[in-house]
Amino acid sequence: MKALCWEGVNELGVEEVPDPQILNNQDMIIKVRLSSVCGSDLHLLDGYIPAMRAGDVIGHEFLGEVVETGPEVRRHHVGDRVVVCSVIACGRCWFCEQGLYSCCDNGNTNPGIPEMMWGQSPAGIFGYSHAMGGFKGSHAQYVRVPYADRVAFTVPEGVDDVDALFASDAAPTGWMGADLGEVKAGDVVAVWGAGGVGQMAAQAAQVLGASRVIVIDRFDYRLDMAAHHLGVDTLNYEETDIDGELRERTDGRGPDVCIEAVGMEAHSPHTVAYRWEQVKQQTRVMETDRPHALRQAIMSCRKGGMVYVLGVFAGWIDDFPMGALMNKGLTMRSAQQHGERYIPMLLERMSRGEFKTAYLMTHPMPLSEGARGYDLFKHKRDGCVRAVFSPNGDGRFTTR
Amino acid sequence: MKRTTMGAVVGSVVAGAVATRFLSARQRKWPMSTRAQDRRRPRWHVVTINRPPDEVAPGGRLPEPIAKLGDEVEVQVNRAVGDRGTALAARLRREPSGITGAASRLAGSDPLQAVRAALRESKMLLETGEILQADKPGTAKHTITGRPLDLAISRARGEGRL
Ligand SMILES: NC(=O)c1ccc[n+]([C@@H]2O[C@H](COP(=O)([O-])OP(=O)(O)OC[C@H]3O[C@@H](n4cnc5c(N)ncnc54)[C@H](O)[C@@H]3O)[C@@H](O)[C@H]2O)c1
Ligand SMILES: [Zn+2]
Ligand SMILES: [Zn+2]
Repeated sequence: MKALCWEGVNELGVEEVPDPQILNNQDMIIKVRLSSVCGSDLHLLDGYIPAMRAGDVIGHEFLGEVVETGPEVRRHHVGDRVVVCSVIACGRCWFCEQGLYSCCDNGNTNPGIPEMMWGQSPAGIFGYSHAMGGFKGSHAQYVRVPYADRVAFTVPEGVDDVDALFASDAAPTGWMGADLGEVKAGDVVAVWGAGGVGQMAAQAAQVLGASRVIVIDRFDYRLDMAAHHLGVDTLNYEETDIDGELRERTDGRGPDVCIEAVGMEAHSPHTVAYRWEQVKQQTRVMETDRPHALRQAIMSCRKGGMVYVLGVFAGWIDDFPMGALMNKGLTMRSAQQHGERYIPMLLERMSRGEFKTAYLMTHPMPLSEGARGYDLFKHKRDGCVRAVFSPNGDGRFTTR
Repeated sequence: MKRTTMGAVVGSVVAGAVATRFLSARQRKWPMSTRAQDRRRPRWHVVTINRPPDEVAPGGRLPEPIAKLGDEVEVQVNRAVGDRGTALAARLRREPSGITGAASRLAGSDPLQAVRAALRESKMLLETGEILQADKPGTAKHTITGRPLDLAISRARGEGRL
């Protein structure tokens, strides 16, 4: 089959690779209809996620059709249209029972690697390095889905493919930020990053009753998209002082909940500081991750508020404002997404027209254009928010 | 014959079995690892299994992956701390050390790797009914610079901090 593979830092290529097989009784094989890029892939592409091998298939946000089921798959049948959670969780360990699916004890086949990096091993993730299990990704014609009854979800009749696609990763990630960030009615919520994840977090905050949601980025086309589709306030950090603006918009208090949806490759408008941060990151010793947005979120957050980190970090950061966190009594939380906890509810909301996702797809493409899709996405060119590939089609599909 | 201990109680019997008196965290002896005997006791490696003890060791029978290690290990089965199911613990009777230890680790023949893998696999079997297999066949290209990672991956169920 054809698949889009990571070949090295900033190198992608479509290759002929072996078809996946059922290896466990609870596995199934999906014929991939749609598979989206995600900001997390940029961290792989740029070489900041360790444990990648040349030839690894990437991609983790996908939807498709069941073509083969293992003997112990009960909930799914050949021909079903399913959306698959990016996080591979067993659904039966203590962590899964607590709803902490991305902390699953049984979803990662390489637990020794993350244990050395982080002390304990999180769940597996499709196409996201050997530290996360080395599972092959979804930018391929077919993909093996382990723990199929727990990880894949049947898409309800009335929900369009492109809407349901983002129930795989971007939408549940954003929802988790607002939910576990404990957004309450009346709260002011600030979101750093107007990518798919930040926009989904902003929408979730609105649904949970926030009185004002402010999205921060430097790309006007992304901010305009968020304002147009969600009706949120927006701030361009290259044009204004974010801390000052946030104070004004919260009558001097600071946002109740600050959601960071940027991650380890944050940009900074302060050129000298930014270059220095990049140098430190390249050493991999002074820091592995650039946390500019995270620092700003901590500094701006109101006293006693919550900072929820959705952006992916891999190692350690420098100049972490621990004093602000401690003295302001902040709570900081984070996770890889606990998608299995939210996907059925999100699909339900989509079927009622209460949660919008399809608009994130700006570039439908065939898989053969995978490298170009990532190039547009990475450099934020041509209005790209999410490039979506159709590994078994010609890329000519639209939203509704 | 295999000697198995139950907390302070020395249980006994056939290979691959433990006594069926499962102790609570309160009844168990802490710390688990002591230097009493040879000044360098191999440490216990423990997983919490989200199932009750009589499912983990029904009639004292150990889960297959651990039972397979036979006499190489001592095993304990008890109630997990905080009542989170069952604590399955194992330790080598004799741990390789020094140069032989390091060499066997690289060669993938370190018995400790087998202990960690057996604990993890017992847990998976009991919690999910299967041992999750890594994706095969691989698509990665094996390069010289990729060798250390290839090695880390091939040992990844047996290494770690467990
Ligand atoms: N927790 C999870 O499970 C999970 C799931 C999916 C994605 N993610 C992570 O979420 C992050 C965002 O993903 P995405 O798909 O939206 O990526 P994206 O690249 O589309 O969007 C990131 C946005 O952040 C903006 N940005 C950069 N520096 C900034 C700064 N200092 N202040 C404000 N905005 C800044 C960029 O301009 C960009 O628009 C990534 O780190 C990704 O890895 C996490
Ligand atoms: Zn993602
Ligand atoms: Zn689990």
